[in-house]
Amino acid sequence: MDFGLSKDQQMLRDAVARCLADTCPLDHVRECAERDNPLSDKVLRAVQDLGIPGMLVPEEHGGLGMTLLDAAIVAEQLAYAVAPVPFLASHVLAPIALSEAGSEEQKAHWLPKIASGEARIGVAISETIEVRDGAGVSSAAGKLNGTALFAIDFEGADAFIVADSGGRLHLVGAKASGLKAIALTTIDRTRCVGELRFDGAEAEPLADDRGATVARLRAAGRVILAADSLGAGQAMIEKAVDYAGQREQFGRLIGSFQAVKHMCAEMAARHEPCRSLVWYAAHAFDAVPKEASLVACHAKSHTGEVHRFVARTSTEVHGGMGFTDLIGLHYWFKRIGFDRQVLGGPETVRAEAAALQGWIKAA
Amino acid sequence: MDLEYGPDYDVFRKQVRAFIEAHSHLAPPSSDRAARPSSKAVEWQKLLIEHGYTARTIPQEYGGFGAEPDILQSRIIAGEFARARVSGGLSNQGISMFVPTLLELGTEEQKLRWIEPTLKGDVVWCQGYSEPSAGSDLANLKTRAHIENGEFVVNGQKIWTSTAKHADMIFCLVRTEPDAPKHGSISYLIFSMDTPGIEVRPLKTMTGHAEFNEVFFTDVRVPLDQIVGQRGQGWFVANATLGHERGMLGDPDALENRLQALIALMQEEHLGQGRAIDNPVLRDRLVALQAEVAAMKYNGMRILSNSLRGEPGGMAKLIVKLQSCELAHQISALAIDAIGELGILYHNSPREREGGAWQWNYMFQLGLIIGGGTAQIQKNIIAERGLEMPREPKLAKISDAAKATADMPRHKQGSA
Repeated sequence: MDFGLSKDQQMLRDAVARCLADTCPLDHVRECAERDNPLSDKVLRAVQDLGIPGMLVPEEHGGLGMTLLDAAIVAEQLAYAVAPVPFLASHVLAPIALSEAGSEEQKAHWLPKIASGEARIGVAISETIEVRDGAGVSSAAGKLNGTALFAIDFEGADAFIVADSGGRLHLVGAKASGLKAIALTTIDRTRCVGELRFDGAEAEPLADDRGATVARLRAAGRVILAADSLGAGQAMIEKAVDYAGQREQFGRLIGSFQAVKHMCAEMAARHEPCRSLVWYAAHAFDAVPKEASLVACHAKSHTGEVHRFVARTSTEVHGGMGFTDLIGLHYWFKRIGFDRQVLGGPETVRAEAAALQGWIKAA
Repeated sequence: MDLEYGPDYDVFRKQVRAFIEAHSHLAPPSSDRAARPSSKAVEWQKLLIEHGYTARTIPQEYGGFGAEPDILQSRIIAGEFARARVSGGLSNQGISMFVPTLLELGTEEQKLRWIEPTLKGDVVWCQGYSEPSAGSDLANLKTRAHIENGEFVVNGQKIWTSTAKHADMIFCLVRTEPDAPKHGSISYLIFSMDTPGIEVRPLKTMTGHAEFNEVFFTDVRVPLDQIVGQRGQGWFVANATLGHERGMLGDPDALENRLQALIALMQEEHLGQGRAIDNPVLRDRLVALQAEVAAMKYNGMRILSNSLRGEPGGMAKLIVKLQSCELAHQISALAIDAIGELGILYHNSPREREGGAWQWNYMFQLGLIIGGGTAQIQKNIIAERGLEMPREPKLAKISDAAKATADMPRHKQGSA
């Protein structure tokens, strides 16, 4: 019995943390955020040197064959450093989709390239969760029509994996004719999403498994977003505690005032159990598949609520300074906001959790 | 991440389960902590000790089962009894607080005299700590004892003394060294509740029941050797047991059972067109609580693993009392809301649900949020020990400031 990270996982965490501390200081994040394409080649290269793109690629396809818990550990550190690099779709969801539902040919073509960092695939499955603005993709005779919103890891993607309205996944080249890709601008300048408009674009289907793989992608995606929220929340709590331990007013450190101290304690008290929930949700994805979808919903919705509280409370502890751009606290605030909404906000995800338990007929 | 206990523990779990199945008809209904244990509860307790399912690691010479401490075995026992909703034995302050204190700090004679009858329910204890002016600031207690003719003579008042009406004995914090500093002037005395000069008055709470009492001492004479630790060490003796109380209030099995009861309620009760669980707003609140209970469950597993590795519980442990009590309170709140107007029924009213238990819980759990270290004290602990934030400025400074501003209208004082 050992509930926690293994020695190897602790080493992975520390290695990623060190790498990001060296390559991704806040000044660099700020510099990237001001460009049209905010992704950082420097950080991406450093992350590639650690083998992160191949973490979830099976060994027979040139990857490391690691677990979602390993990926969650990386996600937490990426968020802690507000690293402007692709991860969720390109390094987690795409390799899972291809491994679980790709043809042998698709696997052989894409997985080694993902592992080496040569190719990146964005993922668009939002319409399997909730449909907005008349979006939705239909497929017929190998062609896609319609619109997919919130394609994740949009910028620089060589291809996209897209869910159609029946929950089947399709692989489509980013430069396919009949595909118009439009970047969406979000609060979070450290990650990229976009809109895919299909007008008879040619696509290759993945296996027809009646939505099984897309459900796995939802679960994995939610765990990784929850882990991201955890890392960003951790950073915001540490920053609030540091600030309250330095800032003086009325001749005292503000951290000695109970009003301020209790804000920090409430953040820590709500945040700490999230860590165990995220670890378990990630573990269940590989080891306890029958629980995976439900506990992923719990992790996603609960971290969404807790870290919204952490994001606003940490900002308040910083007083006026927290509201400015000067100390850059808002990068974490916005990262948490992104994590909360993408792949379903808390209410949507809780409705799905209820449906999974037979408490309602359909999500 | 390895969540398996291993084959030896799986065998042990099967044994516990088999025992519960074979014997649960002998178990008493869940016990009222403020009452004296029933004879059925006492017999059940003895059976459990005999099989090592309670008092498991307490040495045999003191009436326990005498097993080597094994965290996973203890966890399996607690988990299986909770899962089956069968009493895991007597739980009162004598067993949960006084016995561990004696084991750690009592003399051999005290251990031999008190532990066995306490474990077996023959001697019932109450705890004399809090006073009207000593709640969060427990060390400010005023009950005092002076020495006269080779005896302590105790005068003063205690409050929040559950079980006092039924107790045989009290373990009690008393100021015995008036010239020593605040924390070094307290002694931990033990004496009979039959001693002349003790008056117990039931303290009725908002629940309508008297779960607690006030206890008044007038010239209560206590032999000098009825003390645990030395004179003036009572504060440190008591702190050994406060940790046990905080641990007791954060039981993940209890939360899981309350949640399951809430789910069952919401699936059974109808409101208007459908069941309570068919109402999307109520259902959303239910799933949110379910996620939070899951988080506390895995947080508990993390604490368990830390202790298996011999590491401190850290932040994961510091937050348990605050979060668990709050969560339990929210579960009761949702249960009341889920039954709508029926939620107000109480005191054996017609149409009352589950004996008014959800309302009683909702009120009593507010008491638990306040008791055993208030939520605010818990937050101080989390901030100062867990986050290493600066402590409050020294008391003297505040008193000076208070004097300086004594004449100012209250609403104009600086806000802290």
